[in-house]
Amino acid sequence: MTPATEPMLQLLAPDGSYGVEKEYSRYGEVIDSLGEDQLKTFYRDMARIRRFDQEAIALQRQGQLGLWVPAIGQEAAQIGSGYAVGKNDHIFPSYREHGVAITHGVELMSILKMMRGVNHGGWNPEETRFHLYAIVLGSQVLHAVGYAMGVKLDGKVGTGDLDNDLAVISYFGDGATAEGDVSESLLFAAVNEAPIVFFIQNNQWAISSNITSQTKVPLYRRGEGFGVPGLRVDGNDVLACYAATKIHMDEAREGKGPYLLEALTYRIGAHTTSDDPTKYRDEEEVEYWRQRDPIARFEVFLRRQGVEEDFFEEVAVAGDELAKDIREQTFALPKPPLESIFDNVYSDDHPEINAQRAWLRAYEDQMGGHE
Amino acid sequence: MSIAKFPLPDVGEGLTEAEIVSWRVSPGDKVAVNQTICEIETAKSVVELPCPFEGEVSELLVAEGDTVEVGTPIISVVVQGNAPLLSEPDSPANEPEGDTGAEYKLPNLVGYGDSGDVKSRRKRAVNTAPISTAIPVSMVKAAAASDAVMAKPPIRKLAKDLGVDLASVTGTGMHGEITREDVVGSASQASVFKNLTTPQQPSKREERIPVKGVRKAIATAMVKSAFTAPHVSIFVDVDATRTMEYVKRLKSSVDFAGIKVTPLLIMAKAMIWAIRRNPMVNSTWTDKEIIVHNFVNLGIAAATPRGLIVPNIKDADSMNMLELAQAIEQLAATARDGKTTPEEMAEGTITITNIGVFGVDTGTPILNPGEVSIVALGSIRKKPWVVDDEIVVRQITTIGATFDHRVVDGDVASRFVQDVASVIEEPALLLD
Repeated sequence: MTPATEPMLQLLAPDGSYGVEKEYSRYGEVIDSLGEDQLKTFYRDMARIRRFDQEAIALQRQGQLGLWVPAIGQEAAQIGSGYAVGKNDHIFPSYREHGVAITHGVELMSILKMMRGVNHGGWNPEETRFHLYAIVLGSQVLHAVGYAMGVKLDGKVGTGDLDNDLAVISYFGDGATAEGDVSESLLFAAVNEAPIVFFIQNNQWAISSNITSQTKVPLYRRGEGFGVPGLRVDGNDVLACYAATKIHMDEAREGKGPYLLEALTYRIGAHTTSDDPTKYRDEEEVEYWRQRDPIARFEVFLRRQGVEEDFFEEVAVAGDELAKDIREQTFALPKPPLESIFDNVYSDDHPEINAQRAWLRAYEDQMGGHE
Repeated sequence: MSIAKFPLPDVGEGLTEAEIVSWRVSPGDKVAVNQTICEIETAKSVVELPCPFEGEVSELLVAEGDTVEVGTPIISVVVQGNAPLLSEPDSPANEPEGDTGAEYKLPNLVGYGDSGDVKSRRKRAVNTAPISTAIPVSMVKAAAASDAVMAKPPIRKLAKDLGVDLASVTGTGMHGEITREDVVGSASQASVFKNLTTPQQPSKREERIPVKGVRKAIATAMVKSAFTAPHVSIFVDVDATRTMEYVKRLKSSVDFAGIKVTPLLIMAKAMIWAIRRNPMVNSTWTDKEIIVHNFVNLGIAAATPRGLIVPNIKDADSMNMLELAQAIEQLAATARDGKTTPEEMAEGTITITNIGVFGVDTGTPILNPGEVSIVALGSIRKKPWVVDDEIVVRQITTIGATFDHRVVDGDVASRFVQDVASVIEEPALLLD
């Protein structure tokens, strides 16, 4: 039920108690440097993204989205790691990284628009450094390594110039580790000493395939044979996820080569709204992980730190307001013009696309043209 | 206070139906937004449906155990005040007669929404129009020396075929790559007869194209029509400036937000109005009798990838402007996707053909078999026009129409076309 007995970086136990084991002391030091505001931001965004997620599921069930991909249960892994990514770094996500997205200024409505089919993402990766969602499993890991190799060729690694140096982080799941793309990525990253962190969110289910059918060794050791060292982190511990990502992104930026983080977490909800997890897993298992909820755990921690009730109430109210707001905005989304299907196929003019566009336009015109 | 209905959504990427397993609410219950109202079972899973409205349950429209199609209203809720989620029903066909409930709007999400009405889906015909097969500009840099020619193998072959020396061509593609246009451009400089707009003289003296499929059907119908019904055509020029202004006003009105409003719509409405005044134009000749239709199944000629077809809008005369606009849009989308069914093409009573979009002023259309009138809408363009003895610039179009002289005499035909023209000239007539 739980892949136990492997060493794992955990700073916050499921009961909310904080402690740093000796071998992980450098991770603890990262947390020591955080102020209360930053800790509150972690909580606020975890709660925000969960409320968003719940509303998006409802909107899909009401026929307003084609599909929704819930990330409930994975908030700590996403928010913690997302905030540890530096200001020049680039992020290559899979399709479930709504939490990482909000740490880099991606509008939540952009994600809903994509899931409604009115655009292909719509945020500008040049501005957010959060690249577009990759639906093809594992493909983004290749893109990320290629980008990281380019960064190195551009001489933007290990110069000590913090305004210029950067690293790359790629998010993928346990299921993607079984794709050839990920193995190729690990190899290329290793031999080219690319500045990249591979961030696996091991939520233990690749749709209906359990992790036991995906790997014989723990995933944090998957990179060893390629020469990529790794660490398992408690993926439901926002502080451990932050600290580990911070340290290993810093090291990648300094030129120490690739690193792999396995955030051990759990997908509480369905794979997508088209999936019914009750068909392949036990309620008992889900309940076990509910008891290890990342947000509840962090709330206990914050209260012990002296954060007042007012704060939690304010976050809850803000969540409901957000839900209402995105609901209204979703209903008001306009239908995109049919011709827009041609707009982003190629960056340049393309004769075949032009011919198709011209045909459609002529066709539409005969049904009431003269425009 | 109004009654809102929630149509069954597609909860799983392309599902067409679901069974209502159990209701969690009863008539009279108060419901909140996102409160679970029922459990449904689809081909993929059992799913709880959250209510999109806040209000009081008025009626459960589907019984437990019943399987219904996506889009079928399943519950009606009395909502207070202006519910922002309500909108007019998409199509009157979805709405049972006498029903005044507003329907919650399900967007037609890209890639979904085929209700399963179309049982067999014909493979879409391939667009055989000649299109260039140019390969998109590559990101690859030439590894060779800087003076090496960069061109893809197909472009090299094209250059060879056209007798163009690539070394003499200046590439305009990325990093100086030679594109298809560059090669063709060089070729046409060398020989004015070789370019894309003037096709090469075919090597064969003649080409034989088998007559079959849609082409054959079109031919049979046209011959039957042309040689059984004595055709008579008449034309009138008309000032369409006010129609164009009306179209502009409708486009910017709240009611028509997101709806395609075009002169064709006004034309359709004008025809329906003119038919009411001249019912003989909307009839069928059977040798024994003339059947005058007191309904209008309005055909719209459509050049589709499968050829020319004439689907019609059933009972178009019972529709208001908004409904008619939606019906035309729906008809166009169905025809474009090659999904028009034989039923949608059957039992037309009169046809409109929009030839103006091909840039011509008018034509003499041939009757759709079984009908006695067809109206052609010509191009609408600015021309000099005399108003109060002054020559002014107005937006002018020509309305052309063909009639079956066995049924429609010159006077009726002229009056009908004049009526259509007067609406185009003054669309306010539609308001009477």
